[in-house]
Amino acid sequence: MPRIAVLGAGHSGPVLARAAVEAGYHVSIAASRDPARIALIARVLAPGAEPRWAADAVADADVVILAIPIHRFAAFDPALVAGKLVVDVMNYWPPVDGLQAMFEDRTRGSSEIVQESLAESTVIKTLNHLGYHQLDEERRPEGSPERRAVGVAGDDPDAVDVVADIVERIGFDTVRLDSLRAGRLFEAGGPVFGASLRRSEFELAVRAEAA
Amino acid sequence: MTTEPAKPFPLIFGLDTFGDVTHDADDRPLSHAQTIRNLVEQGVLADRVGIDFFGIGEHHTADFPLSAADVVLAAIAARTTRIRVGSAVTVLSSDDPVRVFQRYSTLDAISGGRAEVILGRGSSIDSFPLFGYDLADYEDLFEEKTELFAELLKGGPITWQGKTRASLHNQDVVPHPENGTFPVWIGVGGSPQSVIRAAHYGFSLMLAIIGGSPARFAPFSELFRQALESFGRAPLPVGVHSPGHVAATDEQALEEFWPRYLEVITRYSRIRGFAIPTRESFMYEIGPRGALHVGSPETVAQKIAQTLTSLGANRFDLKYGMGGLSQEALMTNIELYGTEVIPRVRELLGDRERRRLEEPTIVG
Repeated sequence: MPRIAVLGAGHSGPVLARAAVEAGYHVSIAASRDPARIALIARVLAPGAEPRWAADAVADADVVILAIPIHRFAAFDPALVAGKLVVDVMNYWPPVDGLQAMFEDRTRGSSEIVQESLAESTVIKTLNHLGYHQLDEERRPEGSPERRAVGVAGDDPDAVDVVADIVERIGFDTVRLDSLRAGRLFEAGGPVFGASLRRSEFELAVRAEAA
Repeated sequence: MTTEPAKPFPLIFGLDTFGDVTHDADDRPLSHAQTIRNLVEQGVLADRVGIDFFGIGEHHTADFPLSAADVVLAAIAARTTRIRVGSAVTVLSSDDPVRVFQRYSTLDAISGGRAEVILGRGSSIDSFPLFGYDLADYEDLFEEKTELFAELLKGGPITWQGKTRASLHNQDVVPHPENGTFPVWIGVGGSPQSVIRAAHYGFSLMLAIIGGSPARFAPFSELFRQALESFGRAPLPVGVHSPGHVAATDEQALEEFWPRYLEVITRYSRIRGFAIPTRESFMYEIGPRGALHVGSPETVAQKIAQTLTSLGANRFDLKYGMGGLSQEALMTNIELYGTEVIPRVRELLGDRERRRLEEPTIVG
């Protein structure tokens, strides 16, 4: 199983770390500074995830989940995750988080812009369309009639499969799209943002919009 | 992780409102002025029916014209003697901590020491452009202004320097609060850093739970307890703020609340681009695994008791009111909450506490 590093200890980072630990992954979690500062958060909210310096967490990881506030991304060092598979769970959501110049090009999705910045990484967009409480509460084992679907989009099909496998083990069905461009359908204003859909409903919603 | 022993804090039951514009008998929106006068009557009734706290959330939109909550709270304070009054929340990041302190210590004077402040962002983002702040700076603004606010609450002349306002040099900030200080809470929606921040400054924790399972926040209560301990502080109260509506029966509560909820949330989903709630998602939210406390007094009391128990919390603030409800429905809600829901929750929790104490303890 791939080793996972979660970057970010805010709203969604600890939730993602806990979900991954409970799915059996080796998980480390890092914020922008000293891991001692997030030790308590990790211990209580994501027991089993190891707080580390970001560079150490990334160095040992196969998959890096980028769960920092999007307005901090402009200052994020691409070298930190060069060569890594990066899962982008961030949202560009101006009515809630304010305007960010680098994401204001509305002809492109936020993950396309993230990929452009992280030129030496492979970026996959997923899990952004769920609220962090849905991510926590709506995980279900495979075959459960209540199991929800999560979209996974990326330009590299192998990377999409790696990430989709993680999402499925965490507790969601997946709907895979073959480009980050198509992943714009998961963003705010799109057909699945904040919705709680089963796989068939998700596919239908995405297909209707793409048509 | 240890289980918390007996709760050291008394149960507190409050009402919070964002002052949504009320409608008249013909379902026409009332003026902002009339909505605010109605709100004063709601606060006075809350006092009369034994509710412990009345809070108003700062907002700056035509739907929620409560930009000066402290002025409304002062009007309520002047006509009541018992109920505590406060913000729910004050958007400190786009305000001046010195002015917030001055306004609420003035409210404290008018009310005879009944003022409180809950700091946070809430869902209100409109104050940022209005007062010339950038939403992207939210965290830095909140961090520094909370620190200054904590300094102000210590009392005495203050010397302070920061990036977000003019420096203060041996400045006496007046009026001095009735009892030296007043209670301050930090409202938290899902940020663990905010929980740590509350513990760091010795402010109480108010969990704002507006969607999904209240029990999901139990680790936040635990984080708060452990953070207080790590800062060498004594335990502090934990409260919960959740939306709801009480009417005589479950059916009536649903019938009154659902169409208004749908309308308000739909309006927000258009602005923010998220999915419109369905009847199915709404029924989930009012059920045992959701955040809405909607129904008859018995239904709502059971749910509040469950929420408080699952979180180890000692305070519940029902966020009542939803744009378009009538003044009559709101007054009935307040009356039922005070006279039926609260006594029933106390009874339920008393029962649970007794049962817990009566359980045989296995030693050794």
